[in-house]
Amino acid sequence: MKKLKTYTRVIVFLCALAMIPANFVSVWQIILEAPQYPEGLKMEIWSHKIAGDVNNINGLNHYIGMAQIKEENFPEFKVMPYMIWIMVFLAALTALVGRRFLLWTTASYLLFCGAWGIYDFWRWEYEYGHNLNPHAAIRIPGMAYQPPLFGWKQLLNFLAGSFPDTGGYLIIVPAVVIVGLLVIEQFRKK
Amino acid sequence: MKQLSTFTISALVAGLFLSGAMSSCKPKKMDAAISGDAAQKVYVAPGKKDELYLFTSGGFSGQMGVYGLPSGRMLKQVPVFSQDAESGYGFSEETKPMLMTSHGYTPWDDSHHPQLSRTNGQDDGRWIFVNANNTPRIARTNLSTFHTDEIIELPNCGGNHASPFLTQNTEYVVGASRFSIPYDKDGEAPIADYKDKFKGTISYIKVDSATGRMKLNFQLLVPGVDYDLSRAGKAISHGWNFFTCYNSEKAHTLLEVNASQRDKDFILAVNWKKAEEYLAQGKAQKWPTNYAHNVFDESTQTASTEMIKEVNVMDVKDLPGICYFIPCPKSPHGCDVDPTGEYIAASGKLAAVIPVYSFTKIQKAIADKAFDGDYDGIPVIKYEAALDGEVEKPGLGPLHTEFDDKGNAYTSFFVSSEIVKWDVKTKQILDRVPTYYSIGHLCVPMGDNIKPYGKYVIALNKITKDRYLPTGPELTQSAQLYDISGAKMQLLLDFPTIGEPHYAQACPADLVLKHQIKFFKLADNNHKYATKTEKDAKVVRDGKDVHVYMTAIRSHFTPDNIEGVKVGDNVYFHVTNLEQDWDVPHGFAVKGANNAEILVLPGQTKTLKWVPDRVGVSPMYCTDFCSALHQEMQGYVRVSPAGSSTALKFSTGE
Ligand SMILES: [Cu+2]
Repeated sequence: MKKLKTYTRVIVFLCALAMIPANFVSVWQIILEAPQYPEGLKMEIWSHKIAGDVNNINGLNHYIGMAQIKEENFPEFKVMPYMIWIMVFLAALTALVGRRFLLWTTASYLLFCGAWGIYDFWRWEYEYGHNLNPHAAIRIPGMAYQPPLFGWKQLLNFLAGSFPDTGGYLIIVPAVVIVGLLVIEQFRKK
Repeated sequence: MKQLSTFTISALVAGLFLSGAMSSCKPKKMDAAISGDAAQKVYVAPGKKDELYLFTSGGFSGQMGVYGLPSGRMLKQVPVFSQDAESGYGFSEETKPMLMTSHGYTPWDDSHHPQLSRTNGQDDGRWIFVNANNTPRIARTNLSTFHTDEIIELPNCGGNHASPFLTQNTEYVVGASRFSIPYDKDGEAPIADYKDKFKGTISYIKVDSATGRMKLNFQLLVPGVDYDLSRAGKAISHGWNFFTCYNSEKAHTLLEVNASQRDKDFILAVNWKKAEEYLAQGKAQKWPTNYAHNVFDESTQTASTEMIKEVNVMDVKDLPGICYFIPCPKSPHGCDVDPTGEYIAASGKLAAVIPVYSFTKIQKAIADKAFDGDYDGIPVIKYEAALDGEVEKPGLGPLHTEFDDKGNAYTSFFVSSEIVKWDVKTKQILDRVPTYYSIGHLCVPMGDNIKPYGKYVIALNKITKDRYLPTGPELTQSAQLYDISGAKMQLLLDFPTIGEPHYAQACPADLVLKHQIKFFKLADNNHKYATKTEKDAKVVRDGKDVHVYMTAIRSHFTPDNIEGVKVGDNVYFHVTNLEQDWDVPHGFAVKGANNAEILVLPGQTKTLKWVPDRVGVSPMYCTDFCSALHQEMQGYVRVSPAGSSTALKFSTGE
């Protein structure tokens, strides 16, 4: 059983600490800008809730027949806080025990969560963007309103942006660091 | 495995870099920079006057705003459909009849579309008409005084929206019903019977070319859809009106969904000269009705109400050749005839193109019977047969089009908040510029005339946030002035407006200035209670009514001390302003008056009714700072108990 370097253990422990606040701030943000909303509308996705200008966004979306965004439609919110706590727990355990297989486990778990998160987010965006009420007041042939997974995209008069929020960075940065440490540990073996 | 994790790491790192660079990959906004000479173009130096008048509807304020252009300075708020405590309009005894309707006294409304009177298709600066949407009415404001001189109520009408939209010599102003209603028996029917029982009407109000006096000539009974906006034809299309209509589904509930299902709604083309022929042939039915016609007589300075009991109605489905429907993409709003009278641009609020129809093709389609069946007995002209062309991908939510003097059209886009300039003949888009925000109508000076003045376009916006200092949850409405004299539109100025300025009209100042009245001639004042000299001032008791014949001149009232008034009396202060000079009104107010003050213009007489409710001495004074001794322009009314024997007594200078 390979022992991890002390600096690896210290950094992984700091990563574990860094991920804790991710549960108490917004993880991802969707931003909408239009001429009449120069200051933008923002929807925040937390690990356990949606916040921000959701009501305003729903109010606008009804013109194009998009379904109302409602918290109770997302079973994910019941799971995501645990997923983050597991990240914290695995990272902390790795730091305390200092075994390389635990670093492997943590990194794999982080990558799995990342992949699942991206897929799940895309699935929801697809669902909302394409599943439109056929009786909507504004119907533009061939138009779907799927927001971008990441980056900016023009949707009619709205410029939609999708980016990590504070909590997202509090997971992404430690995740990158942990995976990076794993690679370094792998190379060190030789 | 190693390669895989290295790959993932680089992907993640790349992701982070990307998000770090998010500001740089954000698409640029449409350029709306103000260039250096904008301020110069709107600056009207002290002592200089504006080039144009702009008249805006006051929306839910029920009034009309008057602005100077290009400065955007507000010059006046003209009382039209709402009481005005500043001038006493709708409060003074003389003006109360102006707001009478068949529903009684109705001192408010929702005014939408001012339109200037015209001769030979050009604004003549004499009158401006504006509609009341709620309790259907049309008002005529006299531009020699900026006073509302006439208001006519429209019977058989459920919401007067497509109104007043004049014909090219002000032969007619129209009032088309936004809300269709039933006309059975008492006008009552189950709402679920909308499709069968509900109908719309278009009222044709004849305007006397010398006096401006309005008369409801006839009404057309038309299919039960919602009539929205209108323009009269001009030049070659003179004799016709064009109305947009939505809700061709004839929905009667949840219209936001149920009235936006069809791909095409309609334009209704009305041949009003043909309707006049049928009227002359006696084809109209006389319907019993009851509506108010209120006229302000300048000679007596007094308004009166006449209740009219009968109206000529013609059902268009029985009289061929009056009406034709033309399909128009989704939920049309604007319906605008270009200066030549040949092209008619419609704007489907939910449509992705702007259809432009040709009057010549419409006439040919009618002659060739190029119809697609009928709608409620009205022939529907084939879309392609009437169409001249479509402006492709213009923007989102086209609302209203006006024209300049160079063959260009300017269309407002509510959803995408912009003005788009396009060529009327080629239908090519030439330029676009953002507005702040959610523009409704727009106005090009004389943009609906045969020869537009052009030069500017004024955006009338629905949303104003972040443009001015905030004033609480509700912000002032906003207008914006753009220079259209060059190839590119250029934003020059933002300025706030009153109420909701649905629409506006602008014309060169000279047109209005030449009719201006500076004061009312005292010699011509035939008011029943006028007091033309101070020695005629008096107080007369008639039972419980006390008439005070009072004069005002810089800087005193005559009389200024009155005794013998009793609690519960109806005291009528008939104040005549003896001044014969421009801009010297006097105000009149008395303590405890619970209606208004009055503002009496030079040479005018106005009456304020006051019912004293307690014993004491009530001061009265002038509210308009009229002279160096304005503060000294005051007096007293002694109020004695009801039934007391205080003698009636009045004096000045004793
Ligand atoms: Cu005074």
